[in-house]
Amino acid sequence: MNAATKVTKPPFQRFLDEHREPVLAFLRALVGPGDADDCFQETFIAALRGYERMDGRHPRAWVMTIARSKAIDHHRSRARRPEPRDDLAEPAAPPASGAIGDVGGEVWSAVAELGDTQREAVALRYAADLSYREIAAALDCSEEAARRRVADGLASLRKTLDREEARL
Amino acid sequence: MSRVQAPEISRQLREGIAAEAEAAAARFAERAARDGLADVAFAGFDSPYGPIHVAVTERGLVSLGLPNVGEEEFLAQLAAAISPRVLEAPARVDEVRRELDEYFSGKRQSFDLELDWRMIRSGFYRSVLRETEKLPFGVTSTYGQIAARAGNARAYRAAGTALATNPIPLVIPCHRILRSGGSVGEYGGGSAIKQSLLVAEGALPPENDAAAK
Repeated sequence: MNAATKVTKPPFQRFLDEHREPVLAFLRALVGPGDADDCFQETFIAALRGYERMDGRHPRAWVMTIARSKAIDHHRSRARRPEPRDDLAEPAAPPASGAIGDVGGEVWSAVAELGDTQREAVALRYAADLSYREIAAALDCSEEAARRRVADGLASLRKTLDREEARL
Repeated sequence: MSRVQAPEISRQLREGIAAEAEAAAARFAERAARDGLADVAFAGFDSPYGPIHVAVTERGLVSLGLPNVGEEEFLAQLAAAISPRVLEAPARVDEVRRELDEYFSGKRQSFDLELDWRMIRSGFYRSVLRETEKLPFGVTSTYGQIAARAGNARAYRAAGTALATNPIPLVIPCHRILRSGGSVGEYGGGSAIKQSLLVAEGALPPENDAAAK
């Protein structure tokens, strides 16, 4: 292909192949494994519809921004539904598959207990495996702020886990 | 100090993610193609000559990639010519695949498939391929004859170019066009496949078959 060839977006299938894992991992940590698939489907439908607006420089940050807004919609619609009061503190269950280690579902419930800002940062870093630069682009903040949010989130997470451990 | 370190947190949060994401993505692609959100659905499958790819739009079969065309090249052509909204959705191409399988196994002589002619330049090129489409199983013609039928007997070179750039080989049977001297001539997918197809159709004696696996 010569340099003058019009730049077209990659085939959407390749975009999906490239981002399916971080998107699902991010959503599992934000809304829990049980509801992550619904949000995943909505995320990629929105990405497909808006594909011509995709920012070619930060494709991953772009799709994560969509995933984040789908997770927020999801939490809002749950909050509106009349459900038992303790639903608010419902921990995210660990994925059904896979061996549960000695810390088992504790990490999942500790992530669910984080505030939104820290949970998003921790999920982007440790579940979706994004670089700080990508996290900054996804959260529309500075790289420094992204590092701080992840570090704060990790510290809160550890505090919760240590508390759980002490209780045993 | 917590015994739970960052790598352990990461490991737990990512447990089983690869398989789960693959399944979720496949569900998404089939659904998006079924609901008309994708402009092109494609799939690859095996043929007696090696892996081939097919792509369909809401109008019909738009492109068929013989084994010499890799998947990336096949997708890049679709993205450039039609739309980047291309998704892998095997269920959407089931009918095409079934008819091709029947053709390869000798149970089918003509295709009942809607075609999308969008990737074929209009004008003389399109006329050449329209004439080629009419050639029945086992019947051959020449570049000169097909150029004449398309309206310009002297344009056999242009006819050759039209056939060489046929985006839907096999179904638009450009393999049935031979050189006027009787030699098999060029073929996008390789002349060995062309010979083999012609042998399978009874248009060439069996000793010419070199490509069938």
